Formats: sequence, C-alpha cells, structure tokens
Amino acid sequence: MFKMTPQVLQNLFSPKATRRYPRVARTPYEGVRGALRNDIENCSLCSVCALKCPSQCITVDKKTATWRYDPFACVFCGICVNACTEKCLHQERAYHHPVTRREPILLKGTLKKTPHEKA
Amino acid sequence: MLKTIIPFGPQHPVLLEPLHLKLTVEDEIITDAFPALGFIHRGLEMLVNTHDFHQMIQVVERVCGICSMMHAMCYCQGLEDMMGIAVPPRAKFLRIIWSELHRLHSHLLWLGLFADSFGFESLFMQFWKIREKVLDLNEATSGNRIIVAVNAIGGVRGDLSVEQLNWILAELTWVEKEIARLESTLLSDYSVKKRTVGRGVLTTEKAFELGAVGPTARGSGLAQDMRMLGYSGIDRLDFEPVVETDGDCYARSKVRFRELHQSIDLIRQAIAKIPAGEIRTRVRGRPEGEICARIEQPRGELFYYLKANRTKNLERMRIRTPTFANIPALLSMLPGMWLSDVPVVVLSIDPCISCTER
Repeated sequence: MFKMTPQVLQNLFSPKATRRYPRVARTPYEGVRGALRNDIENCSLCSVCALKCPSQCITVDKKTATWRYDPFACVFCGICVNACTEKCLHQERAYHHPVTRREPILLKGTLKKTPHEKA
Repeated sequence: MLKTIIPFGPQHPVLLEPLHLKLTVEDEIITDAFPALGFIHRGLEMLVNTHDFHQMIQVVERVCGICSMMHAMCYCQGLEDMMGIAVPPRAKFLRIIWSELHRLHSHLLWLGLFADSFGFESLFMQFWKIREKVLDLNEATSGNRIIVAVNAIGGVRGDLSVEQLNWILAELTWVEKEIARLESTLLSDYSVKKRTVGRGVLTTEKAFELGAVGPTARGSGLAQDMRMLGYSGIDRLDFEPVVETDGDCYARSKVRFRELHQSIDLIRQAIAKIPAGEIRTRVRGRPEGEICARIEQPRGELFYYLKANRTKNLERMRIRTPTFANIPALLSMLPGMWLSDVPVVVLSIDPCISCTER
C-alpha cells in the first residue's frame, strides 16, 4: 500500500522535469538531422540526391537548372547528405520551422559544364 | 442470461491502436471475443515494386513507429545473408547498442501505457520521463529520436566515438536508478496487483499451441527469445532470456520490467566489448534468391521473407510482426474476464496494430 507516496513526495520537492518550451528550449545535440539546406552556388545539379532519396522529395530539373525540395515529404534520413558529390547539402541542427502554407523550396542553380562539354 | 455483443475499438480511449474486438458479454463477463483487422492497411509490402532494395530500408523502418530500428536491422540482415556480405564486427555491436536502446524505450513506453490502462496516470508519467532520456540518447547518437535511420546493407551509417559511448553509459546509470525507484510501485503496489494478478491467464501449453511470441510467451514460462539465435554478435555477450511462469498480466509486466535491466546490461556488455574497425562493407551486385530473417523485437519475434531476382527491386517481401502472432493468444485470454479488465488484458500483449497491418 502507498508505494507511490515516496515518489510523489520526492517529486513535490525536486526541480521540474519539464521545461517551459518554447520560452526555454534545449540546445540541439551535435549531429541532429534537422532541416535540409542546399548551398546552391556549389551544387552541380547532378541529381544524385534525387535518385537516392527514399521519399522522392527532391527533384532536379536540368533544363531549367532548378533544385526542388519538399520539406513536408522529407523523412530526414540524411541519405542525400551522405550521397552528395559536391558536399553542398547539409542538415541543420534545428528542425524545420512550422509554416502556414505547404510550399516546396525551389532553388535556381547553374549547370556546371562537364569536362566533355568544356573541351 | 441474454448474450450481448459489445464492440471494443477501433477507436477507444485506452487502446491507441485501431484493433476492433467484438466481445460477447454475459452480465459483464466476457464469453467470446472476435477480432477485426484492416483499418490502417498502408500497402508497404507492395512498395518493393517502386523502391529499390536500398531505399526499402527507409520504408520498412516506417512499418512500426516504436521498433523501427529492429525492422530495418532484420531486413538488412536478411539481404546481407542473401548476398553473402560479411558485416564488420563493430557494425554488429553498434546495431546491438541501438536495438537495445530501442527495446528500452519501447518497454518504458509500454509500462507507461499499461499503468495508464488501469488508471495509474502518475506512474505513466514517471515511466515516460525516463523514456525521454532514452530518446535523447537516440537523438544524440543517431540524429533522430525514434526512426533512427542508422542501418544500411553491409553495416551501419554512423559511428559512435569513445565520448559518446561513455556518455551512453553515464546516462544509463541514471536510467537504471530511476527504473529501480519505480520497481516497488509497479511490482508490489496493492492497486496495481489488484488489477493485474490473475487477469488474462495464458498457460504454458496454450502459449505454445497458439504460437505466442515475445514477452507474452516468456510471461507464460516459454523460454523463447530470438536473441538466443545469437544474431548480430549477441552470441558473444552473456544473455539469458527473462522468463516468468504465472502467465497473467502481472507476469507479463514483470518480464518487460526485468528486460529493461537486461537491455541495459546488454548495452554495457556491448560497449565493453566493442571492437575497433570498419563500420560498413561496400555492397556490390544485386540480391538473388529467397531468405527468411528473424529477430527479437520488443514485442516478440519479427519475421521477414525476402525474394529477389537480381533486379534493383525485390520480387516479394513479406513481414510477420509479433502482434499478429499474439492475437490468437489474446483471444484465448479474454473469455472469463470482466469487461472492465479488457483494456488491461489487451494492452498486456503490447499490441501494435500499425505493424500488423502494414
């Protein structure tokens, strides 16, 4: 009987286990897979990320040189970041912020010429 | 006495999973139970036609929201055996560490929900407070809280540094201390025992006949644990399955509670014995043939059947989850119970209907 009472008393006189989010937020851990970012000036639009993505949230259009990313279809697995040949993709430590409208991220890049085209 | 049929679920305040039971009741006593499934079929097995065998790892991780790591691990182990890939020993030990962290958070979640099923909300909050620490461990070591995405065919995707391993050990000491504080409440409190002892009894013979798996079988005295197969290097650790013989809800909660300590012990052993070296083998070629893979999930034996024909897509994938195996056992537990005991008995098998229907 009353096995929980010591617990309850201890909780009453101990500091809070929760924090008053969002006023007090915990610093994200190192290496957390948060929002995906592309440094488009370094991107060669090779579309490896689009091929590897398991949720098909990235599409690369080479004709218009656009990189399109749907953050709401993304599963934040980080496979595109590992596969990126130019190392221009990275994940931030913070999660994607809430928005009122579901809009994809469209980035306009420049198609780099392949060695064959340069010659 | 006139028989009445009462529908239980698929939407029910206690049961978060969409399991529908048709309960035949005679004056508050259940005489028969009949299940209905198929409310959340997602067709994940058919996705082998559109996703290649590497991308399927992320799909099978989403079969279950709680034990996602085990699904991916089972799938990868099956394909590795099929393709004859030797997984580096370090990767195997890292898989043990992450899978046991998953078992820890799954059992803590269940213990909380179980306490909630008989109305002990403060115990529920205490267990979930501890679980939060395990989720922090997942987030800091893998990048995500639950769907950790660490598995790859041929190994794991990320390594753990010595500091991270030491930090896991330090945090596990805290987790163990907190669990020990709740032991007397869960296992010897009057009101908890009143609601669980002698409820939903499954005898050893019945458990064997009906093919019960996991803590449901072990709570009935069947020493059946897939970790005894020694997959992923568990054979190099000291492991003894947790068995209780009473077969009631209390025995099943005791099994899960003791498995928390067992998981912590396995993680400690794995960290002590982890070898240095590579974490991933390069995968060449495409799979061909068929294979069955088995693994111990928090809820029991997980079974994957994989068939491949040297194309980038698998030909067939079939998953049998532990809850599917435990539903016949659940139906044999219910007759003779009071209607008010149904939530406790149903939750005692730790149902995961989203897994079962995929």
